Amino acid sequence: MAIAKILLVDDEVPFVDTMIKRLTKRGMEVIPAYNGTEALAKLKDQARIEVVILDVKMPGMDGIETLTEIKKAYPLVEVIMLTGHATVESAIDGMKKGAFDYLMKPSDIETLVSKVAEAAAKKRRHEEKIIEAQMREITTRRT
Amino acid sequence: MDAEQPTSDRRHSAYTGLRLRIALIVIMVSLAPMVLVSATILYQFNIFSNEMVNAHLGELVLKHKQNIDYFLKQRLNDISHLFRSFDVEQLKDKDFLQQRLKVLQEEYRYVFVDLGLIDQNGRQVAYAGPFELGRADYSGADWFKKAIQRHGFISDVFMGLRGHPHFIVTVRRQWQGAEWLLRATIDFVAFNTLVENLAVGKTGTAFILNREGEFQTRPPAGEPKLTKQQYLNLFKKGEEALGARRPSDGLDLVEEGEAHFLEGYIDRYTQPSSIFSVEKLGEHGDKFIIVAAFLKNNQWLLIFQQEAADAFAKLQETQRMAGLISIIGALAIIGMAFIVSGRMVKRMARLDFEKEMMNQQVIETGKLASVGELAAGIAHEINNPVAIMVEEAGWIQDLMGEGLEQGDNLQEAKRGLQQIETQGRRCKEITHKLLSFARKTDSRVQTLQLNELVTEVASLLSQKSRYANVEVQLRLQPDLPPIQASATEMQQVLMNIFNNAVDAMEKSGGTITVVSRSEEQSIRLSIADTGPGIPASNLGRLFDPFFTTKPVGKGTGLGLSICYGIIHKMGGQIDAESQVGKGTTFHIVLPLTAAAAKH
Repeated sequence: MAIAKILLVDDEVPFVDTMIKRLTKRGMEVIPAYNGTEALAKLKDQARIEVVILDVKMPGMDGIETLTEIKKAYPLVEVIMLTGHATVESAIDGMKKGAFDYLMKPSDIETLVSKVAEAAAKKRRHEEKIIEAQMREITTRRT
Repeated sequence: MDAEQPTSDRRHSAYTGLRLRIALIVIMVSLAPMVLVSATILYQFNIFSNEMVNAHLGELVLKHKQNIDYFLKQRLNDISHLFRSFDVEQLKDKDFLQQRLKVLQEEYRYVFVDLGLIDQNGRQVAYAGPFELGRADYSGADWFKKAIQRHGFISDVFMGLRGHPHFIVTVRRQWQGAEWLLRATIDFVAFNTLVENLAVGKTGTAFILNREGEFQTRPPAGEPKLTKQQYLNLFKKGEEALGARRPSDGLDLVEEGEAHFLEGYIDRYTQPSSIFSVEKLGEHGDKFIIVAAFLKNNQWLLIFQQEAADAFAKLQETQRMAGLISIIGALAIIGMAFIVSGRMVKRMARLDFEKEMMNQQVIETGKLASVGELAAGIAHEINNPVAIMVEEAGWIQDLMGEGLEQGDNLQEAKRGLQQIETQGRRCKEITHKLLSFARKTDSRVQTLQLNELVTEVASLLSQKSRYANVEVQLRLQPDLPPIQASATEMQQVLMNIFNNAVDAMEKSGGTITVVSRSEEQSIRLSIADTGPGIPASNLGRLFDPFFTTKPVGKGTGLGLSICYGIIHKMGGQIDAESQVGKGTTFHIVLPLTAAAAKH
């Protein structure tokens, strides 16, 4: 199994393409999306996506809007914001809206991988806790 | 620079005009009341002091007239008393008469020169005095004929036997069936002193005339020299002037019931109205005042004459002083008005200059702000290709770590390098755009193609507008005549309006339509967006400095006010029309220079 299943959202096609290659090489499963709407559609199709890497500045539906929609529909999916210097403020805004972390573009690939791993781990822990809670509920019901 | 020269000249002349106007107003406002008040006061003072001087002279003449009349009456009384106190027989004695004269002289300080007793035939019976007039015969003398008919008589001045000007006082008495006359000579010098006391000022002199126009005192030394006829006319004038109040011709002095007792004076006309004054012009055209009064039962005329300038010397001195003070005051006011207005205008000019400097600084600040905004946008635009390049380089490194000979890794690396080159070119394009924009830092007025500027600014903001989903449509008239403007300032105007339009449509996206076309004497540039529009209440304040609807820290509120300043400085116009929900259109009208319009 891959370290994590990732959705990479950015409007720069060459960027997305190269990133997919590099992340795949590091044992991740990456699905591309080139704008916010596409990202939401992909999330709907691919149920097992754990982490979304999201560019803040995009034409059309921008990063923050996309984040809001993702968190609304899939609260357990972790989102890492990618930002240029000029939009750090939006990244902070994104953190407040529930993003896991943010990274400055261009970022070191290893940092990105470790952040993704952390995010994936957090998500899994989160899910485990939920399962645990559900199980406890079932057990208490039995007794 | 050349274009600014006439502007500064015009401003200079405007300041000069302003200064002149302020000075004139100050002068008018200060001088008008001063002149009015001074004129009124001087006029009133003139009338008043004229009256004062005339009254004073009248008083003076009247007093002397009374003195002289009193003097004459007293001398007549003295002689009358002497004649009645002694018998004629006693008076015939020369020694006795000499004694009486001495007593009189001691009493009256040598007013009486001599005494003489004359019988009814005019023969002098006795004489006491300094002259040898022992048995003189006066039967032929004019005065004797008059004196023998009257109780008392005062003669005019005559030379007589002694060859000296003098006048005499006689009293008649009946004794032992015959008429006797006692005659006394009055000292001419003593009498003259009475009159000459009246000398006032430099030119004031007094003298007495009889009805024949002969001087009864020493004639006046100075002007005016009147002819005998003119003097005689004075009598007539005086009688006319005094009119009904003039004493009657009758010698109605009454003493002890005897009519015709004294010829020479009566009491009743010694009243103020017995004075009259006339004015005469002297030889040199100077004005003279003549004040006169009748004496000795209007047989004599006391005349006082004085040069008007002398009489009114005090008044004229006052007038000169007042005039001098007025002129000095007026000069001071005029001087002050010019100094004060000069300072005021200088201050205004300095304030205007400072305001201009401030405007310039605001424009500079605005320029810096828009440069900052631009820099942020450009940095972001460059960041994307840089990120791609970094990732591609990282990918190639990954491949090299694996070994380029494995699989199609070499092919992949080549593709990566190509991508890096592509993105590098993209960076170059962006920096070139920025450089061509930044190179136009020249703020001097020069010939510009407006379309070029519009295209440049639109392309600079293309990335920003792409992110905001804003489509920019340029409909530029291709053969637009060039304008005279500063490139940096025009860039600033266009950047501001474009940025505002993009910001307005950031959420919704939309279209910016730029239309340029030439009109008769101008170029019209319209920039229309399809944003939310501006409410009518804000539309009026759109170009006010510091007016902004953006949150604190996002906008300075200076952008459009700077645009307004720049366009108006160029002699153009900028305005906005807006419909809420439909969008906003900015219209800029730029004037064409004469040369450009012909072209």
